[in-house]
Amino acid sequence: MRVTRSRTAALAAAAIMLSGGCGGSSSGGAKGADADRFSVALTEPDHLTPGNTSSDYSITVLDTIFETPVSIDAAGGRPVMRAAESVTSTDQKVWTIKVRQGGVFSDGEPVTAQSFADSWNATAYGPNGWTNNYYFANIEGYDKLNPANGDPSTDRLSGLKVVDDHTLEVTLTAPFSQFPITLAYIAFAPMPKAAFADLKAYDQAPVGNGPFVLDGAWEHDRQIKVKRSPSYNGERRAKAGAVTFRIYAGRDTAYTDLRAGRVDLLTTIPPASTAEARRLLGDRFLRTPDGTMDYLGFPTFDKRFASRDLRRAFSMAIDRKAIVDAVYDGAFKPMASLLAPLVPGYRENACGEACAYDPAGAKALFDQAGGFSGTLTLWFSNADPSYEQWMTAVANQLKQNLGISDIKLRKVPASDYLSSLRERKEDGPYRNNWVMDYPSPQDYLEYMWGAGNRMGWENKEFDDLIKQANSAPGLDASLPLYQKAEDVALAEMPMIPLWNWQNQVGFSTRISGVDVTPYSKNLYAISVKQG
Amino acid sequence: MRYAARRLAQAVPVFVVTTFLIYTMVFALPGDPMLALAGDKPVPEQVLAVMRQRYHLDEPLLVQYGHYMLGVFHGDLGETFTGQPVSELLQDRWAVTAQLALTAWVFELVVGIGLGVLAGLRRGGAADTAVLAGTTFVIAVPVFVVGYTAQIVLGLGLGLFPTAGTDDGWPGSYLLPGMVLGSFGLAYVARLTRTSLVENLRADYVRTATAKGMVRRRVVGLHALRNSLIPVVTFLGVDFGNLMAGAVVTEGIFNLPGIGQQVFQSIQLQEGPVVVGVVTLLVMVFIAANLAADLLYGVLDPRIRRARA
Repeated sequence: MRVTRSRTAALAAAAIMLSGGCGGSSSGGAKGADADRFSVALTEPDHLTPGNTSSDYSITVLDTIFETPVSIDAAGGRPVMRAAESVTSTDQKVWTIKVRQGGVFSDGEPVTAQSFADSWNATAYGPNGWTNNYYFANIEGYDKLNPANGDPSTDRLSGLKVVDDHTLEVTLTAPFSQFPITLAYIAFAPMPKAAFADLKAYDQAPVGNGPFVLDGAWEHDRQIKVKRSPSYNGERRAKAGAVTFRIYAGRDTAYTDLRAGRVDLLTTIPPASTAEARRLLGDRFLRTPDGTMDYLGFPTFDKRFASRDLRRAFSMAIDRKAIVDAVYDGAFKPMASLLAPLVPGYRENACGEACAYDPAGAKALFDQAGGFSGTLTLWFSNADPSYEQWMTAVANQLKQNLGISDIKLRKVPASDYLSSLRERKEDGPYRNNWVMDYPSPQDYLEYMWGAGNRMGWENKEFDDLIKQANSAPGLDASLPLYQKAEDVALAEMPMIPLWNWQNQVGFSTRISGVDVTPYSKNLYAISVKQG
Repeated sequence: MRYAARRLAQAVPVFVVTTFLIYTMVFALPGDPMLALAGDKPVPEQVLAVMRQRYHLDEPLLVQYGHYMLGVFHGDLGETFTGQPVSELLQDRWAVTAQLALTAWVFELVVGIGLGVLAGLRRGGAADTAVLAGTTFVIAVPVFVVGYTAQIVLGLGLGLFPTAGTDDGWPGSYLLPGMVLGSFGLAYVARLTRTSLVENLRADYVRTATAKGMVRRRVVGLHALRNSLIPVVTFLGVDFGNLMAGAVVTEGIFNLPGIGQQVFQSIQLQEGPVVVGVVTLLVMVFIAANLAADLLYGVLDPRIRRARA
């Protein structure tokens, strides 16, 4: 057997590889020094400057490092004071924010009214090109920081006045009853003076006023570590000693790692794995409400979709429940309202019969509206495989229930989808999606149905109602007015509500106190089981 | 040496042409990268304008390319849309892909040649049949199927390997992905070695050597195998470049932050400078790997070396 030697070598090599693998995997779990640390699966954040990111991943990290003036109480959708002591106004236009005494940044600098003013000015300053710039558009002086042509003459919002160390006066361009709620958004977090010396460096290593501080450098595409802040003295004191955000390029891999016990918390279990996750994880699998909604929009500027009866007929011909069960394992909630259930002012059946599945009624209304001739093209992006699944189901139902025979699916690359809609290239109903910024009907209605909307829909009554609601004296007075506006939009149906998303959360046996809400992952509340 | 220098000089026009082609392709992709970055959220026109200006997206292709090349001459590869310098990013990711490709390559080389020799010497036997069947199977099954299956069975089920990530460093974290990535090439190496060895064992010089009374081990090792390895070396040279490029799928499955993952993301985000940077590097590796293979011929077969001198 003269070959034996080479074969032995090959086998030996394989054996070495295997044994190396064994040694490796055993060191994957918790290490002694890190016993009070847990890990969270995350996608690589784009930025870590509060004013320059609207991505959920970044906000998950920033929510641990920063504290905004208020946060949102998940049960009622109302603001709770955090870095602010109070937010008040008599006319909804000029707001006084009292900053909580004793708050400090982790570098020792006290959190003052000036810290907020500086941070907000930087975000609103056009040439910085920061994502959350538009959140400051309703503060007086915004136009001066963002002129249509040329460089701005100032980098200070005239509507921000620092009265004293703990009082900030904000003047808006128009009354806005929802202002306190908006202050929960990460864009309104304060930044210390040191940040402005080098904004680029700060983006890599932010210093904040939150329950955690950065622990070592941001290791791009690998991990971000934070640890409990010794200087934090607010309400959200961290239970665990430290958190590691493990960065994944795909949700599927993150889910596999959750199953292997290599990551402790995953808040985005992929839809295809939910049934399995529910079975495997038992009570360590949670479904939490979310503010995100899917809609089917109409290009109302195209005269073939100008009839409101036709649009309502489409809505009645779609069996939302069947689609949600088939595509999302019943995890998403079929909607008969333009607002997500957790938004104050939500009414379960605001839409009435126009959102109830009724094939016969749909067909009658469709014929009455004159039917539809030619090719019906349905538009969506390729960002997620489930979009094509549900769009195909919608196409089948329209074919079956309304008798539209010629239906084409138009799948557009994700990078091209929004610019196509912006340029109004779509010639048929399209997938529209809205991720809530803050729980107010205004966040849905004004941005999606208000002036300059994608559908090309114009309605003066709707616009007037929104304006009235925005200047109503306080939150409670504003809600009935927003509801009236919602009724107008539902009656006209330029965009059909489809379903509301749910988050699928899974966690390991190592941690307890998981409290994921649409507003915060509340990582401070999680503790690591000892032993 | 002149040969090596000439091969290296060829890299310059290749560099210019590739970068320009890639730039044109990224430029020709439909859509507006700035809008895509924002997702479903509205972005004020002012912010879009500032960002477009910052990345020269408001200028024609040639001007953009000019800016890029000018930067390259100053040692600046530009930055990503999130403000990370491309050079820094490549440095971080390069190491990951190189470790992965090297693991896969060594796996191919050792196990592939081993299996090929085993099959070649026992032509028609059970071992030969098993190697032929096994390699056919591996070639037929797509990499992502092998990858996910290996991850679920060997990683999650048996716990032999970490499921994903680079926490365990090299080699721990790279063994399983390396074996998955290398499995395809391994099948070819094994088959090439086998066929070529079978042929050489029938060659006159082997018969002569055997007739002269040389022991079989020396006949096989010194004569037959050495000649049989020439096509294998060609393949392994080309394949090292392939492995770098083929890492896209494997890195995705095993969440390794390498070049493959980066190029996939960057194409989606239409980040011209990043794509160009990565692809240029890949081209360089291809050239270098092929050069190394060509030089190795000379070592294996002196006739090739002398013919060129």
